[in-house]
Amino acid sequence: MPIPVNVTENEPMDLRFTDAQEEFRSRARAWLEAHTPAPGTLPSLDTAAGFEAHRAWEQTLFADRWSVVSWPEEFGGQGVGIIEWLVFEEEYWRARAPLRVSQNGIFLLAPTLFEFGTPAQQARFLPPMAAAEEIWCQGWSEPDAGSDLAGIRSRAVRAPGDDGWLLSGQKTWASRGAFAEWCFGLFRTDPEAERHRGLTYFLIEMRTPGVTVRPIPQIDGETGFAELFFEDVFVPDAQVLGEVGKGWNVAMATAGSERGLSLRSPARYTEAADRLVSLYAEGLVVDPARTARSAEAVTRAWMDAEAYRLATFWTASRVVAGGTVGAEASANKIHWSETDLAIHRAALELLGPAAEQTAGNGWLDGYLFALAGPIYAGTNEIQRNVVAERVLGLPRG
Amino acid sequence: MRFAFTEQQLEFRDAVRQVLDKECTPADLRAAYDDPTPRTARWSTLAELGVVGLTVPEQHGGLGLCILDLVPLLEEAGRAGLPEPLLETTALAAPLLAASGSGRTAAWLERIAAGDATVAVAPVEPARGAVVAAAVGADLLIVHGVSAGRRPELHAVPADQATVTPVESLDPTRRLGTVRWDPSPATLIASGEEAHLAMADLADRAAVATAAELVGLADRMITLAAAYARERQQFGRAIGSFQAVKHLLAGAQVQLEFARPVVYAAAWSLDGEEPDRSRSASLAKAYASDAATEAARVALQVHGAIGYTWECDLHLFLKRAWALSEAWGSSADHRDRILTALLDQR
Repeated sequence: MPIPVNVTENEPMDLRFTDAQEEFRSRARAWLEAHTPAPGTLPSLDTAAGFEAHRAWEQTLFADRWSVVSWPEEFGGQGVGIIEWLVFEEEYWRARAPLRVSQNGIFLLAPTLFEFGTPAQQARFLPPMAAAEEIWCQGWSEPDAGSDLAGIRSRAVRAPGDDGWLLSGQKTWASRGAFAEWCFGLFRTDPEAERHRGLTYFLIEMRTPGVTVRPIPQIDGETGFAELFFEDVFVPDAQVLGEVGKGWNVAMATAGSERGLSLRSPARYTEAADRLVSLYAEGLVVDPARTARSAEAVTRAWMDAEAYRLATFWTASRVVAGGTVGAEASANKIHWSETDLAIHRAALELLGPAAEQTAGNGWLDGYLFALAGPIYAGTNEIQRNVVAERVLGLPRG
Repeated sequence: MRFAFTEQQLEFRDAVRQVLDKECTPADLRAAYDDPTPRTARWSTLAELGVVGLTVPEQHGGLGLCILDLVPLLEEAGRAGLPEPLLETTALAAPLLAASGSGRTAAWLERIAAGDATVAVAPVEPARGAVVAAAVGADLLIVHGVSAGRRPELHAVPADQATVTPVESLDPTRRLGTVRWDPSPATLIASGEEAHLAMADLADRAAVATAAELVGLADRMITLAAAYARERQQFGRAIGSFQAVKHLLAGAQVQLEFARPVVYAAAWSLDGEEPDRSRSASLAKAYASDAATEAARVALQVHGAIGYTWECDLHLFLKRAWALSEAWGSSADHRDRILTALLDQR
């Protein structure tokens, strides 16, 4: 029996963008050049004022349908494909546009909503997310459940009216939790079930009675994340994402997005790596001997960013052809987090004694941000376990 | 943008893998250590499959395909530790001979495609006195020199017109040798600007082809070590259940996974003569050399003392990986080329 051959799968490899993709790039570039605020003019998004300034930027993006280009038009996007999204990201980072205050929603929850959400949930939550009318934070980690996420204790019990759930417990390290309107979180709905079983994925409005938010200043002193306390917080059944008791599966889809393609597009790193090469070139003029000692660090950082770019298009092409991203998302997360560190470490090395000075020092801000990379979205040690067990077949234990 | 192989390219790869699984076992590699004759029955099988003549133009009996088509097969050669000079003959020599305008190379191309000739190619640096891989037992040697007017020249010298002095390698199947020959108009295949460009292309193609073999070698070494870690028991459990061992292997695996697309992209860029192809080729070689040396280090460490023995098959792959990591430019050499290119394009 002849094997059916998908025609697109037999087109030869071509790493150039199509004319249509280049046209899309030109439109994105023109729009961003006309609208992007000068780098560094918005206050930090981890402050109340900065959060609102970044929300206003999201709304500017949304007004011209640039906030979520890959989403269907009915939810506020342009309905373009994953390659075009990567092109948009290249232009976004090239323009040095502001960090995305909506990122937990648009990059993590949204792919999960597209996969597991009901049509009603998609219609309810996606448009205000795209418009940044509702900004999301993530309620997963707990004081006693970090890397061991399946050990979460926060609970949900049926509400007396049998129309929803009452949530209790404590979540922590919720990025943007101090200011966000909504939270997606994992709670234990079956206290008898072991670990990964008996968990349910909830969508929670932060102003619901019983939610208390305690901001936590981060290493830079800004309120980057928060502790969330839940005391009999009512969540209606319509705000359960996926099946009751199947929250772990839903959460792993979100985690795949977090580690894999959607959270960290390569443009973030290739743009920084190009600036690193510029910093090196400038240093060669000022102090050639000292600068040249960083040649290896600079070259390796650039190489790692370029390798990440190529690996991303490799994976994206597989996804376009109907493939999926599995445990390799863990390898991805290790690579991008270490690349980010390598780029910023090299820059600080080039800056030398000036590295510690904070005024206008974006490299230092970037370094502090990069330091979190090997920790969040599952520590790199956990990711190495995943690679060893699921890619190389080593025994758990 | 479509960054993937075609069905045909993957089917060809799978077919070659099946052949090598049967005909290129560790026992076969050990036999090749004792008798490193390059034209073996296995070489004939590969020639019949079209692998050896893959880059030979169709009018000379080959398949007339590109480096991108060859890269998955070189990866398989690396995985199997293929002891015959596929890299030198098919990736390096055949395109050089095919590009020559001398008209003297057609017969050699036909012999290559038929599996009747293996070829060694001298490294670009140093121009004189180089140690040449695959030289011992080669039917043809491609060497370069400088004319009386100090113009670069490429010569294709039949083995019976050259003196090859073997140089011992840690891996006997490398067939290293120094080559002495008398340049003559009869051996000249390119000179001046043509020779200069041919050598620049050769350097890039060698970097990518060697990188492809290194990726296959890294994969094999990690696979061997993971299999050993699943079986070997200490403290009453498989050593692969220990996090220290898992993290060693996972680190090597991550490096390998990120080396692959880099190598494929470089091959595509060579075939299309993209403007940044030399930088892509250097990225491929630097990344693959690092991935393979790390895989070698980790695989040996995970095996422990047994990995340090002649009896264990691991060393067959370690030695090839160490040799190829430094051949055709080390990771450091290629990082230097990358940084120079980055600074030049600013």
